[in-house]
Amino acid sequence: MWNSETVMMLIENTGLTLYMTLTSTIMAYVIGLPLGIALVVTAKDGLRPVEPVFKLLDVVANIVRSVPFLILLILVIPLTRLIAGKSYGATATIVPLTIAAAPFIARLVESSLLEVDKGVIEAAQSMGASLWTIIWKVLLAEARTSLIVGATIALGTILGYSAMAGAVGGGGLGDIAIRYGYHRYDFGIMWVTVILLVLLVQILQVIGTKLSKKLDKRSR
Amino acid sequence: MEAMIQIRDVTKTFIGRDNQVEALKGISLDIEKGNICGIIGMSGAGKSTLVRCLNFLEKPTSGTVLIEGQDLQAMNEAQLRKARTEIAMIFQHFNLLMQRNVQDNICFPLEITGVKRKQARKRAEELLKIVGLSDKAKAYPAQLSGGQKQRVAIARALANNPKILLCDEATSALDPTTTKSILALLKQINEQYGITIVIITHEMAVVQEICNQVAIIDDGNLVEAGSVEEVFSRPKTKAAQKLVFQGARRMEEMRGRRCIRIVFSENSSFEPVIGNMVLACREPVNILLADTKDIGGIAHGQMILQLPEDPVTAEKMIQYLKDRNLMVEELEDYVE
Repeated sequence: MWNSETVMMLIENTGLTLYMTLTSTIMAYVIGLPLGIALVVTAKDGLRPVEPVFKLLDVVANIVRSVPFLILLILVIPLTRLIAGKSYGATATIVPLTIAAAPFIARLVESSLLEVDKGVIEAAQSMGASLWTIIWKVLLAEARTSLIVGATIALGTILGYSAMAGAVGGGGLGDIAIRYGYHRYDFGIMWVTVILLVLLVQILQVIGTKLSKKLDKRSR
Repeated sequence: MEAMIQIRDVTKTFIGRDNQVEALKGISLDIEKGNICGIIGMSGAGKSTLVRCLNFLEKPTSGTVLIEGQDLQAMNEAQLRKARTEIAMIFQHFNLLMQRNVQDNICFPLEITGVKRKQARKRAEELLKIVGLSDKAKAYPAQLSGGQKQRVAIARALANNPKILLCDEATSALDPTTTKSILALLKQINEQYGITIVIITHEMAVVQEICNQVAIIDDGNLVEAGSVEEVFSRPKTKAAQKLVFQGARRMEEMRGRRCIRIVFSENSSFEPVIGNMVLACREPVNILLADTKDIGGIAHGQMILQLPEDPVTAEKMIQYLKDRNLMVEELEDYVE
């Protein structure tokens, strides 16, 4: 089974998995980061409490997160077609991945920002800082290590989702595992893909942890 | 002359889900330019709410706050933010940006007012010199002691040349020695730059150390206000007495017995009055509390004595002290 073709296939699909994971994570942050900030800012004891906005975001985030990813994948097929032109393959998978991950990321961002000391925010207000200054220079800057830890968690989760997308022809390592392991009973290749997935998560985790530690100035 | 800060009938009510808390019940107070005013009260008295009404971190429910004659209530958000750059504040827990080093923390308020980076750096350098931390410019707050953090916070507060400095329990998290040095720094700042300082505290010692004006807040009301000397020598209300006698740990033992409080002024500090009194009356007294404070450069002492049970001797002693022009006050009905 170990001919060069197999190896090439594994390398190619590892690349596809990384492509799906990283692109979806970035896209999901483009949506999820502002949503997370909005959740914190519009909350009852936030900087600009707007109850209807908070409630709406809160409910939407919960609804999307409670739909199992496999179901979501199928539910959004029309939208996927509209955006990506087709409903299968790695690029198409980015659409449902982004939709599923954005509310999850909004929650991660929300919890990171809520960790920022209220006293420091108050101090910034007492200096006459504007809302944007507080968001950029206090909330996001002070929460940066927690945000990076959150991003690492998000990457791991999205990587897992991307493997799941393989079930419906999404491409990537999950696709290989299902095609070879489940349909052809080739457990050797299935195990290799599992190990590759584990390694990817490990590498991402190590990078994330290192980076957050390096940027954290609170200890010592 | 118009007062720097004019507080008029300020009330603040916090509305909870099913209860209302009246934190401030109509407070009026003037603080003159260049003063160091202590606002003192037990925890929960409303003093922290009051100080937040001075920069509108809390908006009063009713009443007005005038800063140099300008009504904060009448300002829109941008005007209020601008006004806040001239009303600096320091806090009990310092509230420094933990992910920025000392120098960048001091530059933060300058970024808000749009000062150029190079200029801001220079200003930070000057300020660090003032607070005595020039060698810590590149350190992060986590590497500093409490006293050093408060010095950085003070430097940060001074960055935009404020007219007013609000201190919210600024020394409450510090040990006595560090407290003294921070208070000395505040006094120096007040004298050199003429900044009006408002100090919120629950410790009378802080007020005695540097304030010239004091306001006592109890349960949302202003119960006593005036010069520190006046309020310290003749506390009229229970709340004031409680604060002035702070530190008298053996207070319970005095209940129901005959105790007097004596206040010494500068001219009586040298004569051994108590010793002479005991010799003259041939009866011992029990000293329950004695301490001397420097209030505005004048030595003031207070002493609480437990008198002998014999009423004749006790009367004689009181007369003896009064004859020596000391302020004598009976504490018989004083209950902690």
